[in-house]
Amino acid sequence: MSWFSALYRSAVGKKAVMAVTGIILFGFIVLHLIGNLKLYEPGLYKAPGETGPGVRYINAYGLFLRHVGEPALPAYGALWIFRIVLLVAVILHIWAAWQLTLMSRAARPRAYASRPKIHTTYASRTLRWGGVIILLFVIYHLLDFTAGTVNPGFVEGDVYRNVVASFSRWYVSLFYILAQMALGLHLYHGLWSLFQSLGWNHPRFNHWRSGFAHAFAWIITIGNVSFPLAVLTGLVHK
Amino acid sequence: MNLTLHVWRQKGPADEGRMVQYEVKDVSEHASFLEMLDVLNQQLIGRGEEPVAFEHDCREGICGSCGFMINGDAHGPMPGTTVCQLHMRHFKDGDVLHIEPWRSRAFPVLKDLVVDRGAFDRIIQAGGFISVATGEAPEANLIPVPKPVADRAMDAAQCIGCGACVAQCPNGAASLFTSAKVSHLNLLPQGQPERFDRALSMVEAMDREGFGYCSNHAECEAVCPKEISIDFIARMNRDYLKAKAQRGMKTPLQT
Amino acid sequence: MATTTLDSRIPPGPIEHKWDEHKGHLKLVNPNNKRKFTILVVGSGLAGASAAASFAELGYEVRCFCFQDSPRRAHSIAAQGGINAAKNYHNDGDSVFRLFYDTVKGGDFRSREANVYRLAQVSLNIIDQCAAQGVPFAREYGGLLDNRSFGGAQVSRTFYARGQTGQQLLLGAYQALEKEIASGKVRMFPRAEMLDVVIDGRGRAVGIITRDMVTGKIDRHAGHAVVLATGGYSNVYYLSTNAKGSNVTAAWRAHRRGALFANPCYTQIHPTCIPASGDYQSKLTLMSESLRNDGRVWVPKQPDDKRRPDQIPEPDRDYFLERRYPSFGNLVPRDVAARNIKHVVDEGLGVGPQKNGVYLDFADAIQRLGRKAIEERYGNLFAMYEKITGEDPYVVPMRIYPAPHYTMGGLWVDYNLMTNLTGLYALGEANFSDHGANRLGASALMQGLADGYFVIPYTIGDYLSGHLGEKLSTETDDFRRTEAEVQERVNRLISIKGTRSADSFHRELGRIVWEYCGIARNAAGLQKALQLIPALREEFWSNLRIVGGPDQLNQELELAGRVADFFELAELMCVDALDRDESCGGHLREEHQTPDGEAQRDDEHFQFVSAWQWNGVGKTPTRITEPLEFEYVKPTQRSYK
Ligand SMILES: Cc1cc2nc3c(=O)[nH]c(=O)nc-3n(C[C@H](O)[C@H](O)[C@H](O)COP(=O)(O)OP(=O)(O)OC[C@H]3O[C@@H](n4cnc5c(N)ncnc54)[C@H](O)[C@@H]3O)c2cc1C
Ligand code: HEM
Ligand code: FES
Repeated sequence: MSWFSALYRSAVGKKAVMAVTGIILFGFIVLHLIGNLKLYEPGLYKAPGETGPGVRYINAYGLFLRHVGEPALPAYGALWIFRIVLLVAVILHIWAAWQLTLMSRAARPRAYASRPKIHTTYASRTLRWGGVIILLFVIYHLLDFTAGTVNPGFVEGDVYRNVVASFSRWYVSLFYILAQMALGLHLYHGLWSLFQSLGWNHPRFNHWRSGFAHAFAWIITIGNVSFPLAVLTGLVHK
Repeated sequence: MNLTLHVWRQKGPADEGRMVQYEVKDVSEHASFLEMLDVLNQQLIGRGEEPVAFEHDCREGICGSCGFMINGDAHGPMPGTTVCQLHMRHFKDGDVLHIEPWRSRAFPVLKDLVVDRGAFDRIIQAGGFISVATGEAPEANLIPVPKPVADRAMDAAQCIGCGACVAQCPNGAASLFTSAKVSHLNLLPQGQPERFDRALSMVEAMDREGFGYCSNHAECEAVCPKEISIDFIARMNRDYLKAKAQRGMKTPLQT
Repeated sequence: MATTTLDSRIPPGPIEHKWDEHKGHLKLVNPNNKRKFTILVVGSGLAGASAAASFAELGYEVRCFCFQDSPRRAHSIAAQGGINAAKNYHNDGDSVFRLFYDTVKGGDFRSREANVYRLAQVSLNIIDQCAAQGVPFAREYGGLLDNRSFGGAQVSRTFYARGQTGQQLLLGAYQALEKEIASGKVRMFPRAEMLDVVIDGRGRAVGIITRDMVTGKIDRHAGHAVVLATGGYSNVYYLSTNAKGSNVTAAWRAHRRGALFANPCYTQIHPTCIPASGDYQSKLTLMSESLRNDGRVWVPKQPDDKRRPDQIPEPDRDYFLERRYPSFGNLVPRDVAARNIKHVVDEGLGVGPQKNGVYLDFADAIQRLGRKAIEERYGNLFAMYEKITGEDPYVVPMRIYPAPHYTMGGLWVDYNLMTNLTGLYALGEANFSDHGANRLGASALMQGLADGYFVIPYTIGDYLSGHLGEKLSTETDDFRRTEAEVQERVNRLISIKGTRSADSFHRELGRIVWEYCGIARNAAGLQKALQLIPALREEFWSNLRIVGGPDQLNQELELAGRVADFFELAELMCVDALDRDESCGGHLREEHQTPDGEAQRDDEHFQFVSAWQWNGVGKTPTRITEPLEFEYVKPTQRSYK
């Protein structure tokens, strides 16, 4: 791993690590959204050959995630690989964010009396605190839907029920929505910024880098915000 | 016009420093910002007070000596303009202006608005050159340079090394400065042999000097008096990462 | 004692072989011995940086000094137009001989032929060197170097990097210098002002005394040779196109120690600068000469014409350059244009709020070529003009007025660039240079780099080789005495405690020099100046006020030291201008004009270099002459009718 530490030593290297881990996390978020959209799939899903009444699509999707790769992999095998990659990515991302933040603090020990004007986007200024909100949210999210500790009457495997139960409480929905906005802002700058960090620039595609970032920031935010709203408005119900 | 100035006064590197208020009267709108300070300084000398120290030389926006913050803007409110080229017609009667030196760990304040930018020279020492001793050069036209490449290199080479990019950057990063020099030389055919060493050494020198890191806020580009593009930062990052990949991720030989 | 015979050491033989022959016979320092020599280079402009880097590459130990915070900020950075070289890339008949010829003629036959020829020869190597360093010169579509014609030259021999040629060339030299700093061969001393040169008992330069501009500490530096590349002295006029810090101190201190100062009255006034806008004016900004290619110079025929320029009909305008010089028109040389502009303004025909300019009008060119073409040619200049004046030159004609720009005079040097003091060299604008009485556009950059890259690295070895094994020491009486004198002078300036700032004296001095030793001079005016200047100098030494002490960053003290030297220089300029009872190049004595108002040389009596020897403050200096011979370019009378 000496190549990694050599790279990681420099600020540019740290940023590259942030960008790559950011891409991994972004990929997860996209898949997560696609998965969650199953919440809107009407009717019940019956696996081929299954005889019962079937299950909600989103529950079936959860089941799928737990068993994907079988029999080549044991049950939960692929899911765990996936979770480990995500965990490493999250740790590296946060670790780098932390170190870079310290670096930036150290670089200006004395603040300006008159705050420097902001000439460019405000989104870029929200990355740090936005990241913290996202982190808190992720922890809550895991306790809510994975461990179930903070979910009222949690039923393992019944994703649909758990979601409806959690979002029926307006304050949980509100927190969820706020966190999604933080994520949206994070992506609004982050998805553009990663091109810079990794040196992916060319006059031919430079102009659509920010288009890409803005489009996905909106897609992710609108998509994710729609779930609590759908529950609160009764569009999705028990 | 009459102005109220709050100017950072600091006797020397060890002094705490403080903002001091001054009134300047009857400023001509045709004077430059530095000429306005000249007028203030003559008044201060008349009163037996020490004049405000600020750095300046060419007063044509090219030497990069001048520069300080005016109300939170490096080089003041006009884009693409150094303070020596900033004229008072862009201000109005009664304005209150806060004038502060560049703030960066790598640029210690020496006195009032004067800071030490030696860190920039040391970044250049790390690799901001093409190794060609006097007399070694081949006939100039043996190295054709496509016009668009030469133009692009010139866009980067215009940097005047004033430090505004560092001053405005929320992270106190020197990425725009460093990337401008890396790109100027790395774009040109003459710069190819040392391209990757240069990127590695200069990026690492930048960290050593205590500058911050780049969040791609693009504040530097917004205040750069030569309007140098942050595209060059991406270029520098690319050359650095490529270099790391090629060198088996080992630290480079220090130049 | 310093030698006072002027041996210019011009090698014998035909002019095209002199330099090669000379190089072939210069003594060499063995590569292993080079590191035993320390060379002090004062100045990091084109001349200083190129010399310091080249010395280090050869293996010498170098110390380099500049007063800015970084060597990259030397005044050379401000040069816009370009650099000449006889590459003949355009196949338009250029050659080393033609560049030599043009430079000698442009200098109005007051330069040394051998030096100028060498300059033209090495101009070729300069471009090669700079291109290899990565100077982003303008290119043609084929990728080869582009040239333009500049300053009225008949051939295209000017290489350029947008409007920032000086910047790019200096960055090239600076980068080479930084490389050597990194390698440890050069120790750089930024923010260090040289305040004196140390001369030993045998009249040899053995070191310098500097002041650390942050702490105020006075330091001694010993070297086997001292190289001054400290730039020109146009700031004696207060308002000039030079950077605010440009000064004569280093050269002047050397002069006071015995170095001869040559042709101090040869100054170049550039015709196209933005006029002063008020009494707070701190410097003047040059507008490129190239503007005269398309702009037409005029003034209203009526003094005090209150109409807007575009409301003044053709018959009420005087295109005075076109009228007086039908064949060259607006493209007459710098000195001719400058004189004529001053003349009409003095007659009360000036325009603008201060009535201190003439119009440079692009209306015709815009109509003929379209706004776009003008934008392409001069876009950045127009933008700069608008930034400074707040007026849009596409709509309102520009206003211009001449300003001091370059000084051809400087320390006298021989063919090896050594002053009359052994071991003391002068390069770049600081020496009396290869430009005679007038410098052509784009040739100062060429000279600075020629001196630094391709002349001094050879010639210095010839001197050093004779001094192998000599130990350096700053613990000598010469150092101690000189340091004490420097310290004493600093204390003296600080302790005057009068009422006037250094700046106010500088302004007043500048006005006197501009008035009486500026664009045009006459005996009565010069005599008057020679009374005014000493009187003001005396007031300076009794009524100066410096706030703040010596042991700190003190910009007032720095300025006061420089102004003190400008006073003495100003006097010498006037003495020289009075003494040179002829007109030549930039030196126009009103008593000596052709019927057309052209500079009238007096070759019979003045075909020589005047090198002045210092005799003390207020004492008449001694003139020593170096006769000039013209074997290859026969002196003729310039005419631009
Ligand atoms: C606005 C402008 C435009 C120009 N355009 C052109 C052009 O297009 N083409 C052309 O050929 N020429 C041009 N010139 C002229 C040319 O730029 C200069 O003549 C040339 O650059 C001088 O170079 P130099 O190395 O001799 O001195 P400078 O570049 O002036 O350097 C002087 C150095 O000496 C140092 N120094 C001075 N005094 C001291 C001291 N006492 N102690 C320590 N260090 C000291 C300074 O710090 C600096 O490093 C222009 C000049 C001006 C003003
Ligand atoms: C789902 C989760 C996340 C995704 C998709 C994501 C994505 C990204 C991306 C793409 C970037 C840009 C990287 C670059 O400029 O190269 C970024 C930057 C950043 N992220 Fe995240 N991130 C996530 C979570 C977090 C968390 C939990 C934190 C912190 C606690 C965090 C803190 C930051 C910070 C501080 C930056 C800015 C770094 C800088 O200043 O340049 N992120 N993120
Ligand atoms: S003083 Fe030179 S850039 Fe402002």
